[in-house]
Amino acid sequence: MPEMSVTQAPAPQKEGELVGRGRRDGNRLFKEWYAELDAAAESGDPSAYVFVMGSAAEVLKAFDLNLVFPEINSLQMAVRKVSLEYLNKAEDYGYSTDVCGYVKADVGMHLDGRKHPNGRIPKPSIVVATNMCNTYVKWVEIWQRMYGCKVFVLDIPGQRGIGWSTEPGSEQFENDRRYVQSQLEELIEACVAVTGKPFKIERLQENLAHVNRMAADWSAVLKLNQNIPAPFNAMADGLTYMGVLSAYRGTETGARYMAELREEMEHKVRLGLGTIAEERFRLHGVGPACYSYFRRFLELFQDWGAVYVNSEYLAYAGGGLDLGIQFDVERPLESLAEQLLITGRRSMSNMFFSQDQLADTVRDWKSDGIVYHSVKSCRTVSTGMADSREYLTRIKDVPALFVESDLVDPRLWSEAQFKNRIDAFFEALGARKAAALVAAKG
Amino acid sequence: MAVQVRPAFEAILEQCSELAEDVTYPSVKRWREDHPGGHAVGHFQVYFPEELIHAAGMLPVTLMGAGSRLEAKQADSHIGSFICSICRTSLELGFSGRVGFLDAFYTTPICDVARNLAGIWGRNFKGMTAEILYLPQNANAKQAVPYLRDEYARVLAELERISGRPIEEADLRRSIGVYNENRRLLRELYRYKRETPWLLSTTEAYVLAKVGTVMPREVHNEILRSALAEIPNREARRQDRVRVVFEGGFCEQPPLDMLQLIEEACYIVDDDLLIGMRWITDDVPETGDPLYALAESYFERSTYSCVQHDDRKPKEEMLLRRVEESGAQAVILAAAKMCEPGLDEQVAYQKTLEAKQIPFLLLDFEEKMTAFERMRMEVETFVESILFD
Repeated sequence: MPEMSVTQAPAPQKEGELVGRGRRDGNRLFKEWYAELDAAAESGDPSAYVFVMGSAAEVLKAFDLNLVFPEINSLQMAVRKVSLEYLNKAEDYGYSTDVCGYVKADVGMHLDGRKHPNGRIPKPSIVVATNMCNTYVKWVEIWQRMYGCKVFVLDIPGQRGIGWSTEPGSEQFENDRRYVQSQLEELIEACVAVTGKPFKIERLQENLAHVNRMAADWSAVLKLNQNIPAPFNAMADGLTYMGVLSAYRGTETGARYMAELREEMEHKVRLGLGTIAEERFRLHGVGPACYSYFRRFLELFQDWGAVYVNSEYLAYAGGGLDLGIQFDVERPLESLAEQLLITGRRSMSNMFFSQDQLADTVRDWKSDGIVYHSVKSCRTVSTGMADSREYLTRIKDVPALFVESDLVDPRLWSEAQFKNRIDAFFEALGARKAAALVAAKG
Repeated sequence: MAVQVRPAFEAILEQCSELAEDVTYPSVKRWREDHPGGHAVGHFQVYFPEELIHAAGMLPVTLMGAGSRLEAKQADSHIGSFICSICRTSLELGFSGRVGFLDAFYTTPICDVARNLAGIWGRNFKGMTAEILYLPQNANAKQAVPYLRDEYARVLAELERISGRPIEEADLRRSIGVYNENRRLLRELYRYKRETPWLLSTTEAYVLAKVGTVMPREVHNEILRSALAEIPNREARRQDRVRVVFEGGFCEQPPLDMLQLIEEACYIVDDDLLIGMRWITDDVPETGDPLYALAESYFERSTYSCVQHDDRKPKEEMLLRRVEESGAQAVILAAAKMCEPGLDEQVAYQKTLEAKQIPFLLLDFEEKMTAFERMRMEVETFVESILFD
């Protein structure tokens, strides 16, 4: 795959304004989003609880529902170093230490009157869980019991096995699409009932058009990281970008943000600006970071001159927009069902059947190796990691590191163990690169 | 005049126990020897429509881990630390070659770990179909039954490919009939447990049911018929024991020693052990489109489990109904270590039972556990607190 070319004219802004704009604007949008949620908690305006994988934002925003992302709430608690107190509340209530930390941090917050460090969180009027993580379905049952809210499970049948694929128009794909489309129609009925508002198809079409723009630019942004040096760190900067991707999906603000982010990244590529002084190693991340020690997690890699140039997390937790999907707004529901199937499958396949796709991505992004970060909280992404690593190192000769901790539970972080493994990995990676260089020189 | 000697219940039980607990799968191997060119298809817990496999002339085998009888030596390097034991030892069955007789392996979306098994299985055991049967997770969708019917047809086509022969509707109806009979017999077994638990312990009923997961259901039906005929003749006296429901055995199975120690103090009058075998609670129609009948029965004639969300079956209410219908005085809420669905549900059950003032005991277990002294003390204390309250 060729590198993403830069075709647009240089941006008019000064470099100081343009570089870092995506992160600054992303942080500002996040604050504004939480402020809106705080206002909704006060006013009682209807809100929908959704998840980053398959939020159905296009439909929900057609009813002006405020979107609450519990995963982002829990992640933010960890980044702000307060997740443990929420985890403790949930464990005191009865949840096991073996239950997902995202779930427990959220439960702790609800038990605490929905007071989040970023603002108050409104009650759910409706919750939508896709099957892309099974724990989503258990999670929504907790809110159903707490609030008696409407629960809608949006079921997206995924890839059935290795090498299994279907294309739009095939009998298999159409069987699955009919099922998904029918559920979307039922979701719309549920939203009408919850909000008391009529469904306007033109609102859905508008939202789909915004996603089309957002997805095209997001896909381009990701491909710009194929350049050396990479203009952004997929694990650090990528988290901010992905947050906007989820919270502002289906909005003009979100689409504009992504266009501007693309502009910034093209500018950086043009100037050869990377994220650190010397990019010595390029990494592909599988799994999320440890957000309880986020800065330290990143430093342990940056200290070796390593940059995450891509991450599976950006694909599945970014709602599958990495593919640059384009909805056919003239047949909105059918097209939404099709794309949910395509992107949903892609996201789930990234977790269960990712090995060959991973090898291709490593090649295209010129990564030196893969870092698998297995987290106790998320068995969806973590269960198959050790095996995937074994397969890729053995069959595809891709160097890989496997480390374990958690997303939000600081009790599971062991820095000494982490550092030892990371140091050993880079020493081996350095020797491998040196040997390759010698071999190339003949 | 010929004297017909019925096999003693204990002899049947002993034979079933050996076969059900033997992780070298002697009954499957014997079947393969008796059926040259035959095929065996494995599936993971909880529910799988085995009628599809049976109709293809193949042998369905349930993979449900290996308890303490197999150490996950190789599997441990292929799977993270935070994963339940049943998935580890099920994979070890593959890595150790113990289930090399399988031609296919299916898993279902019961949990995040189970879905991953298809990928791990497919990457490591070449030449074997390794797939997810996507049982619908929106049980309340209008299109859930038609979708599932098509999904069953997809699996059936793959089974036809493996077996090399077409599977006719008549084959499916015949298999549905065999499985309907099996479910009727299992219901009868559970009736004894509920009504006269002194005649049939849960450990015994469990072994009698479990052996069906490693043999053709026609044979299992014969065994169940023989055992059921013997139960009324058993000499056992009713004892003054607390009647409990055991909840939490839907996927990873508790060790037999654990069930036995509970039964030393209680009568377990109902449970969710091996719930997949009893998922369908009434006869599947043997007329019309058999795939549709199976798909419809999955939703409309079925019990509950924490791995299925169905607005029509709130799980706490279903548990309360189980308690009421079995005449239980208390509940043992068990959950396997690292099992997200089970541990999540345990909290909901606990809160409901507290509100209803139904005594309950929380127990964590692992299929591979071998030390039970602490658990024994917890159970005895629990029972005493009820008896002397």
